[in-house]
Amino acid sequence: MRNVWIIAGRELRHYFISPMAYVLAFLLYLILGGLFAINVYYGLQTGQVNPDGRLVIGPMVTILIFTTPIVTMRLLAEEQSTGTIELLLTAPVRDWELVVGKWLGALGFMVVLMAVTWVYPIILHRMTNPGIDQGQLVSAYFGLVLMVAAILAIGTLISAFFSNTLAAAGATLALILLLWIIGGFASGAGGANEVARYLSFVSHYYDNFYRGVVDVKDVVYYVSLTVLALFLGSQVVESRRWR
Amino acid sequence: MIQAQSLTKFYGEHPAVRDLTFEARKGEILGFLGPNGAGKTTTMRILTGYMPPSRGRAKVAGFDVVEESMEVRRRVGYLPETVPLYPELSVVEYLAFIGALRRVPDLDGRIDAVLEEVHLVDRADSYIGNLSKGLRQRVGLAQALLHQPEVLILDEPTIGLDPAQIIEVRKLIQGLGKDRTVLLSTHILSEAQQVCDRVVIINKGAIVAEDTPAHLQSQLAGAERIAVRVADGDGDLRSRLMAIPGVVSVQDGPVRGDLEISSSPGRDIRARIAKTIVEAGHDLLELRAVGASLEEIFLQLTADESADQDGG
Repeated sequence: MRNVWIIAGRELRHYFISPMAYVLAFLLYLILGGLFAINVYYGLQTGQVNPDGRLVIGPMVTILIFTTPIVTMRLLAEEQSTGTIELLLTAPVRDWELVVGKWLGALGFMVVLMAVTWVYPIILHRMTNPGIDQGQLVSAYFGLVLMVAAILAIGTLISAFFSNTLAAAGATLALILLLWIIGGFASGAGGANEVARYLSFVSHYYDNFYRGVVDVKDVVYYVSLTVLALFLGSQVVESRRWR
Repeated sequence: MIQAQSLTKFYGEHPAVRDLTFEARKGEILGFLGPNGAGKTTTMRILTGYMPPSRGRAKVAGFDVVEESMEVRRRVGYLPETVPLYPELSVVEYLAFIGALRRVPDLDGRIDAVLEEVHLVDRADSYIGNLSKGLRQRVGLAQALLHQPEVLILDEPTIGLDPAQIIEVRKLIQGLGKDRTVLLSTHILSEAQQVCDRVVIINKGAIVAEDTPAHLQSQLAGAERIAVRVADGDGDLRSRLMAIPGVVSVQDGPVRGDLEISSSPGRDIRARIAKTIVEAGHDLLELRAVGASLEEIFLQLTADESADQDGG
């Protein structure tokens, strides 16, 4: 388990010295800040600032779904293309420790990235009376962390297949969008629709967490998706040894 | 320390390594010699636990490379052919990361010690991305030495270095070989000759010869040859030389006055030859022993091998 932390720590430090992470953070905060400013500006003009703490988290969810593949693309693909994977796979580190460590490092970075946006609800809370619904806000953030963790796990899995980082990012995005679209097929009742609805990647978030409902069913969905992806990722790393 | 038993590795249908059996003893520098694509890297990857063999077994430091991979990895220092470095880290940061993964006790002290060993103390805080190829190679070596492994496996450690750096790295490896087992691969014959105690010659995934460099030379060259140049080689010189005990044949060289004398192995008859020539009234201009170089031996062996294959 200590290896997981060592690998995660290095990964996390890597994000804080990589230009890609700063570009991502800059764009995210620019868009969110702009949207927040516009909303507050109009709110002040009409004298009615919308006391919804999710003012910022709503657009953030969409942005993160599209940008998280960029965060995970290099995790294993880069090690495979530069040959450093040989160093890690001949060190006394188990394959799953490597995969989980990589994922955890990326999760650490994303949590920091998301945590900063908490500043907007705080501002909003001060501006409005009686303030914002804190429970709903916490639920929305909690769900977002779970969903991002699942995206990161899928990204880590996909990254294990590739030696090319862009291919890894593209494939990850395609898979996430596919999981998103599946929900769109669940229009009516019936068994197939139930399955589609359960598999739908974002509906677990928007239908419950986002509305302030923390349901065990949704937690199980994201957690099991994360565990499954990390498990498969370890299998992929191991299978590469046999080729 | 390293025992490989009929190691075989297939990439798809293609066998990269076929039935490799060899051994490296404690405190020995074993050279793995072969042309590019002979299966050297594949063998090393099997021994370091990077990939399992398709067939056969291998033990490193007493542990099975498949069953007890973690134990093997703890005891092996490995420098892959493409040096695995993170360009965005400094030399010390890089070694600290590897050292943490390997649970190296007194890590700071060990980092200082290996930097001293590979002469990188003054570049400790440089980013790896800014280092020259030779310095990077040394960082790779430092990484392999960090945990004081019993066995060192070095894949083409001098490739891409300039001559001065090559000499330095070879010296370093020779120093390391004193108290460790070193397996080193190379396609440079003179390197194997200089550095290694024993050489395994491998071609197309199979071992074609295994011995000390000196032994290989004398065995495969058969008779020893001595080249002589005299001012004028006429008269009865040839018959006088043939009369020396141990001389098998005397042949004319490419230039007038050049003679090539073959003798039965294991007898040094150079002094007798010199004496005979001078006594016969000729001026001796040059006399030298011509051992077959590893180059010749190597070409001879690998040519035989491919002839066998074509025949079979």
